[in-house]
Amino acid sequence: MQGIYTFDAEDRHNAFITRQEEVRYGDGKLSGVAIAVKDNISTKGMQTTCASRILEGYVPPYDAHVVSLLRREGAAIVGKTNMDEFGMGTTTENSAFGPTTNPCDSTCVPGGSSGGSAAAVASGMVKMALGTDTGGSIRCPAAFCGIVGLKPTYGRISRYGLIAYSNSLEQIGPMAGNVGDVSRLMEVISAPDRHDSTTYARPYEHTPVADIGGKRIGLPAEYFGEGVDKDVAAAVRKATEKLEEMGAELVECSIPSMAYALAAYYVICTSEASSNLSRFDGVRYGPAVEKRRQWHPEFRDHRGKRFGTEVQRRIMLGTFALSAGYYGKYYAKAQIAKENVRRDFTRILEDVDLIAGPTMPTTAFKIGEKTDPLSMYLSDILTVPANLAGLPAISVPCGKVAKMPVGLQLIGKPFGEEAVIDAAYAYEQGVSQ
Amino acid sequence: MSGVIIGLEIHCQLKTKTKLFCGCSNDYHDVEPNTHVCPICLGLPGTMPKLNRMSIEYALRVAKALHLEVPEVCEFSRKNYFYPDLPKGYQITMYDKPLAERGYLMVEDDEGREKKVRITRIHLEEDPGRLVHKTGRDRAGYTLVDYNRSGVPLIEIVTEPDIKSPKEARRFLNKLRATLEYLDVFDGDREGAIRVDANISISGNNRVECKNISSYKGVEKALNFELRRQTNLIRRGQEVVRETRHYMEAQGITTSSRSKEEENDYRYFPEPDLRPLHVQDWLEKIELPELPDARRERFVEQYGLSYEHAKTLTGDPKVADFYEEVAEIGAELAATWVADTLLGELNYRNMRIEAVEPMNFADLVVLLRDGDITDRVAVDVLRMMLDQIAKGEECGMPADIVSSLNLGRVDESEHDEMIRKIIEANPKAVEDFRAGKKGAVNFLVGQVMKETRGRADPKALAPAITRLLEATVED
Repeated sequence: MQGIYTFDAEDRHNAFITRQEEVRYGDGKLSGVAIAVKDNISTKGMQTTCASRILEGYVPPYDAHVVSLLRREGAAIVGKTNMDEFGMGTTTENSAFGPTTNPCDSTCVPGGSSGGSAAAVASGMVKMALGTDTGGSIRCPAAFCGIVGLKPTYGRISRYGLIAYSNSLEQIGPMAGNVGDVSRLMEVISAPDRHDSTTYARPYEHTPVADIGGKRIGLPAEYFGEGVDKDVAAAVRKATEKLEEMGAELVECSIPSMAYALAAYYVICTSEASSNLSRFDGVRYGPAVEKRRQWHPEFRDHRGKRFGTEVQRRIMLGTFALSAGYYGKYYAKAQIAKENVRRDFTRILEDVDLIAGPTMPTTAFKIGEKTDPLSMYLSDILTVPANLAGLPAISVPCGKVAKMPVGLQLIGKPFGEEAVIDAAYAYEQGVSQ
Repeated sequence: MSGVIIGLEIHCQLKTKTKLFCGCSNDYHDVEPNTHVCPICLGLPGTMPKLNRMSIEYALRVAKALHLEVPEVCEFSRKNYFYPDLPKGYQITMYDKPLAERGYLMVEDDEGREKKVRITRIHLEEDPGRLVHKTGRDRAGYTLVDYNRSGVPLIEIVTEPDIKSPKEARRFLNKLRATLEYLDVFDGDREGAIRVDANISISGNNRVECKNISSYKGVEKALNFELRRQTNLIRRGQEVVRETRHYMEAQGITTSSRSKEEENDYRYFPEPDLRPLHVQDWLEKIELPELPDARRERFVEQYGLSYEHAKTLTGDPKVADFYEEVAEIGAELAATWVADTLLGELNYRNMRIEAVEPMNFADLVVLLRDGDITDRVAVDVLRMMLDQIAKGEECGMPADIVSSLNLGRVDESEHDEMIRKIIEANPKAVEDFRAGKKGAVNFLVGQVMKETRGRADPKALAPAITRLLEATVED
């Protein structure tokens, strides 16, 4: 079926940065399905800003691999969604285009950094959306807005066309209102790509099965301990008991290296970001620098003016961490910590099939509630480990605390998206009965 | 000049068809600026490098030819710095895990002895774009950026400080160039194909790095200048400052360049968008062609050439190929005419040997060999041929040129008649001969040569002239 999709839904939550009112779509597995794409994924002919003033008006001349796959399967790409600038944030408040609000409660943040994609799905504007997840940026907003979001195994989805924030950690992933749609979208975007040398040709071709009989599910003590809201922990415990009822076996376990996960994560992502964001000098694309000034002072001022506060903070942190004399102390050590986290997960996943815990330590914050960067960073503690270990992880809604959604996080083995999706699907089906 | 210590860092462009990380053409010469570019080599947001396997193959050929070892793991790193010709704000290069380490190249020292110059490492990296500085009509100049060069594969070859003189440095480069050209990975004639940073010190004193040398001659010039400068400083009891100096090609001097660029902290870290390389097995599989030294030895043995001729002919694979195509007309004669005459005439005209059709050249030497033309006419005809080629005209067949201009060698049977005419026209010479002046014969040989435009054989003329003069005197 080919046709034109008319996208006229009201954007009450500021979910979109750029919208297309009429979208031509073609045949395929997603024929005519309205899909929103996070604004750090390149779309040919459609403005792609990363929610930053430094890319305002930038229209890529090429499609990201995942976007060309969406088009090939007939999807109607209706627009580009709001986010924290370059993905740096947990609330979608750090956007040059204003914050997105949570469709469950407009006074709350939708989570981030893929907050626009989550809000677009949760408010019913689109059926599916693409997000990106560097340290939880798909799972956090999925949990806060009460939808499903999957961060795939590192190397399963091509990053070609994703404007890099932290190359060694991030993945593009599907977001939708239910597990079945997440699975459908995953199937389309996982087609192999030679442009991204860090990918493995492991396409996902799977139909979810609601069966977790005999599966062993690990519950790390760290995911239910200090810093995790008691009511959130209780809601997730209850969800795991539901899984047990359906035939899964629960196993208590521990991930000692979690103590270093957050520090390692912030050293790695800021280091890589400091390098990745060097290219924005106003010479080749985006808003142009004043050509009648000396290049060096002009591009310095250009960056100072157009990057937001959090982006500048992370560039400075990363520049410092990579400096001569500090590299060994920070970047090299962070890599060791990352490897330790991966080993801990590998060890546990030899014994269990999946690991379960809350996606976020709390439910959605109020807009403007968190002003201290450090306490903001701390809220990533439960999502960051899957990025360090490169593992697939899904967030699926599991009830509410004080009327706000809670997310159950399920982490699987490398390239074990099928098992992760089956477990999430089983839970979703089990609860709805 | 004892105690001179020189080490080189040489950047060479590999002549792969496409760039290091994208499918754009590697050729940036004689094309419109910014036409051989794509989102990847322009560093557009979201693009990722895709390694060109041929560039690895080429670099490994070099590693093998220079006897380097390949470590178990090599890795690309990012070198971060801001410059308008660098579209990503970093250069993808190799840092602490280079492609190959510890090798050597045999070079002649100033006494003509073969010596080893050790190679520290070889690594692969991408070339930045090119800045073109323009002077505006008003005083303020401006700068244009051409990204056609952005992403061209380079290998960087770093030597140990084993080189003992500027001349030896030049010989090292010539030998390296020849080796790379034999490996078919490099075209030394391309403008900008080679860029050298040279470190030089006089033992016991500080080391100075000379950057921005972009020609073979430039390396020797820059080092000679630097050597004189440092020697003078030491003689005056002054200290040689440890610094980076810039080579100014036009003036042939080096100047201190303590710019901000040199003080950069490059913040190297592994390139996260490329996987580490494991290429030890690959190196094993590489089969090397015959290299300059081996070919030189073979020329001496197979063709019976002198060492000097063999060395000259094998210094450039295209010259050596050319020689082998014409050698059958007479190995030594061909060697003499290629090495001693053709190369000089080409060099004088700034022409390459590929411009000359070997068979055409062979025909000329055959005319000479068979006595149809004299040496002097052969040189004249060669020059005419080269001038025709240089002008873009079709190069005539040597035999046609000779016959149309009537340059054929004068038969000895015609000598006597010509000589008699010349003797008649030069009574003074006859007088001189009578007076016992030997120079008179040479003078008359010259007169006959002039009259015949070089078509007579001077060796046959001299005895004939003597004979006829003696006859005249006896009369």
